[in-house]
Amino acid sequence: MEALLEESARSFAAVAPAADYWSLRLVAERRSALAVRQDVLLPPSTTVTTGAFVTVTRSGGTGYAATSDLSPAGLAAAAAEARTWADLTAGHSLVAPAEQARSAHRGRYETPMAQPWDDLSQDARIGLLQDASRALKVDERIIDWLAWLVGRQVSTLLVSGDGAHILQRFHFIDPGLRAVAHAGALTQVRTGGGARGSRQGGLEQLELLDFPAAAPRVAEEALALLEAPECPTGTTHLLLMPSQMTLQIHESIGHPLELDRILGDERNYAGTSFVTPDMFGHYRYGSSLLNVTFDPTVAGESAAYAFDDEGLPAERVHLIRDGILQRPLGGGASQARAGLPGTANARACSWDRPPIDRMANLNVEPGNGSLDDLITGVERGVLMDTNRSWSIDDSRNKFQFGCEYGRLIEDGTLGPVVRNPNYRGISATFWRNLDAVGTGLEVHGVNNCGKGEPNQMIHVGHASPPCVFRDVEVFGGAGS
Amino acid sequence: MKDYFYHLAHVLTADLEDGEVLLLAFDGEESDFVRFNHARVRQAGTVVRRSLELDLVEGARHAGGRVELSGDAAQDQPLLAALLAELRHQRRHLPEDPYINYAADGPSGDHEVAGALPPREQALETIRGAAAGLDLAGIWAAGTLHSGFASSLGQRNWHTRASFNFDWSCHHAADKAVKANYAGLTWDPALLEERMATARRELDLMAAAPHTISPGRYRAYLAPRAMRELLSMMAWGGFGMKSQRTGQSPLLPMSAEGARLAPMVHLAEHNGRGLEPPFSPEGFAIPSRVPLIDGGLYAESLVGPRSAMEYGQPVNAAAEFPASLDMAPGELPAADVLEALGSGLYINDLWYLNFSDRSRARVTGMTRFACFWVEDGRLRAPVNVMRFDDTLFDLLGPRLEALTRERELLLDAGTYGGRSSHSHLLPGALVDAMTFTL
Repeated sequence: MEALLEESARSFAAVAPAADYWSLRLVAERRSALAVRQDVLLPPSTTVTTGAFVTVTRSGGTGYAATSDLSPAGLAAAAAEARTWADLTAGHSLVAPAEQARSAHRGRYETPMAQPWDDLSQDARIGLLQDASRALKVDERIIDWLAWLVGRQVSTLLVSGDGAHILQRFHFIDPGLRAVAHAGALTQVRTGGGARGSRQGGLEQLELLDFPAAAPRVAEEALALLEAPECPTGTTHLLLMPSQMTLQIHESIGHPLELDRILGDERNYAGTSFVTPDMFGHYRYGSSLLNVTFDPTVAGESAAYAFDDEGLPAERVHLIRDGILQRPLGGGASQARAGLPGTANARACSWDRPPIDRMANLNVEPGNGSLDDLITGVERGVLMDTNRSWSIDDSRNKFQFGCEYGRLIEDGTLGPVVRNPNYRGISATFWRNLDAVGTGLEVHGVNNCGKGEPNQMIHVGHASPPCVFRDVEVFGGAGS
Repeated sequence: MKDYFYHLAHVLTADLEDGEVLLLAFDGEESDFVRFNHARVRQAGTVVRRSLELDLVEGARHAGGRVELSGDAAQDQPLLAALLAELRHQRRHLPEDPYINYAADGPSGDHEVAGALPPREQALETIRGAAAGLDLAGIWAAGTLHSGFASSLGQRNWHTRASFNFDWSCHHAADKAVKANYAGLTWDPALLEERMATARRELDLMAAAPHTISPGRYRAYLAPRAMRELLSMMAWGGFGMKSQRTGQSPLLPMSAEGARLAPMVHLAEHNGRGLEPPFSPEGFAIPSRVPLIDGGLYAESLVGPRSAMEYGQPVNAAAEFPASLDMAPGELPAADVLEALGSGLYINDLWYLNFSDRSRARVTGMTRFACFWVEDGRLRAPVNVMRFDDTLFDLLGPRLEALTRERELLLDAGTYGGRSSHSHLLPGALVDAMTFTL
């Protein structure tokens, strides 16, 4: 794939428009998807896409054009179209030319990997999924069950009029298991085996995600939820497992800290933020136990990279240190507009969308208590595992989240399973009630982070230990 | 675009081996996108996209793929030939698919929904003029969408529609803002200016000191945009045959236990509106209208080709999710809404809905743009955002007092993966209680 990208970049250089700055981002992707539902192989799918995104800045305006025609004529037409948009928006642009992100960097990145996707034949992958499917059907009350495995290879090449040349090659793997248990009027769903978010790497990631070994547990837990009582209603301690911390970090730290939201770009769609520019450097976001990093270096985490999609080098930085807000998630243009330091997080979901401020790998740093220590430290509370429902206001403050699986905690020990566990709170106060942070860093992510106009859905990584929060409003389903 | 697609279909089907069937589904667009913030251009550009899906079938064995076409035969044909060879190799190693289902003798036909779109310069100039002095954020999207189907059995279908969608909000301060939209097939700058004037009047109301309500139950009027959000939750697995048969529909209590909504609730999928292709990616003709809720009772499920084979039902949908939802009007004149509401909440928009308990259709979400506290039939103040948590069975069941006589056609401004052509035709709803929690 890289040869095509390099050839296209050379073609473009010959037709690049006269401009203050231009960039060409080329993307080539190959995706193979397999799934077995109820022991029947769903139609396998192979997707091959290539495309180019051209940006031109000149005379005070900036425009873009995205095309899948990588011929010299196709790239020249895209360059002309981007130039037309630059001229049309000159004098009307929100972002001054001096604030536009530019890159002259040169570099490479490739996902570290022990066992490439192609080491396993398609027959062997299908066999793996059929075994997983059979292992999910443990009872007649499991009325639907699914096992899937997706491999994705993405190559990007960014070149610019300033001399940038950045080639990055990513390998993603995305397995999952899902069991649907049903009895009477009640349905409960349990997922596992990596079902929440893709990982970077090869087949070696499967074992780390307990795929497909988790299948019987996933199904048994779905059945247990059918028999379980509703999560009780009350204000209590809440122990969130990493599979739910992912969502909690994503919605109530990640999105509020996106600098383009703070600058108002998202007000018509994804929303604004309760965070304002004056808060950085002193605002108490959480208790002193809260440390949050933007970390593109964590192996296996989905959004690891060396450069963002505008060519800014990526490095690990603290966004929140000892509970105090340090810096936002803002790429080069947002940093210039706001006059704030940021991160290398201008990302595009594909070749046909412009880069915007996104989360990448956004992690809560580990503390010093084992999971047993955390449980022992709770007199009464609820443990919640694996997100299934998410809702938060457009300033990213008032939230309500629901999980697949809950356990009561009584006198420092794990108690019965509870179903439909939900909780609600307010971001601005919730993190200040962070009471304990566990050891270890469990890597998860979100594959469907939606944002931007035009809309973009992108994958992000979140790693976290389990954490305990105090004084949280919890409740169950139905009429509770 | 159509000629190119049909040309590719001709070339690819000419090289099939004996016994093979090739299905081709095309999805493409040429779209302008201009993003605004503070009434200035944040990002502007054009996207040209041409996706082709292939399904290579022999008996009950098949393998599928998707490629992004360049539009240039010299580039595309070698790529497609390589993919076909790969699919042919894959297919030989696959088991038979018991639920494979495609149109063997579907009708061919071309459909063009003609539009009158403005030149991009004119659109931008009109928006700039209308937005003068406003703190505006939003997106202008305009262009042509294409869908096609072709099979080696000879069927050919094409659907093209040109449209525009300007979706925007005007902001007073912090999260106090109003939402507006002007979308359609035929551009009329006077209509955009009229809607901008309405937004300015609403924005004046947002300047009043906001009212904060305490958690509890309130009478509420849900304008059509708010109804769209509620009904989208109902549609999320609610009407699909597969979700019904696997116990995952939030409307299972209706189909399995006889639960019902208010008798005034009638919902239908109305493909005949013409914005969506009248054929599925497998070549099946889609009926013009499928009743989903009739007189408050569950009527039919949406059945895609695969479910049709699995559950022994006829195909009546391209996907098991409404794309052209239609709710019957009621009898309340829109002009009488405030008087009928009396005191309570006038809710223009709901935001970020999700299930608190899917099995019982219990839904939570937030108020967002231009929601007002009403007393004695008069708008008194904007309300600070509040979270609601209620079941759809309550809100659209015993608590539903009236639906408006007038309906609003809402064209989806969504652009995930491409510009959406989904739409809703909906009335507003007056409910005697809505539960707010946070």
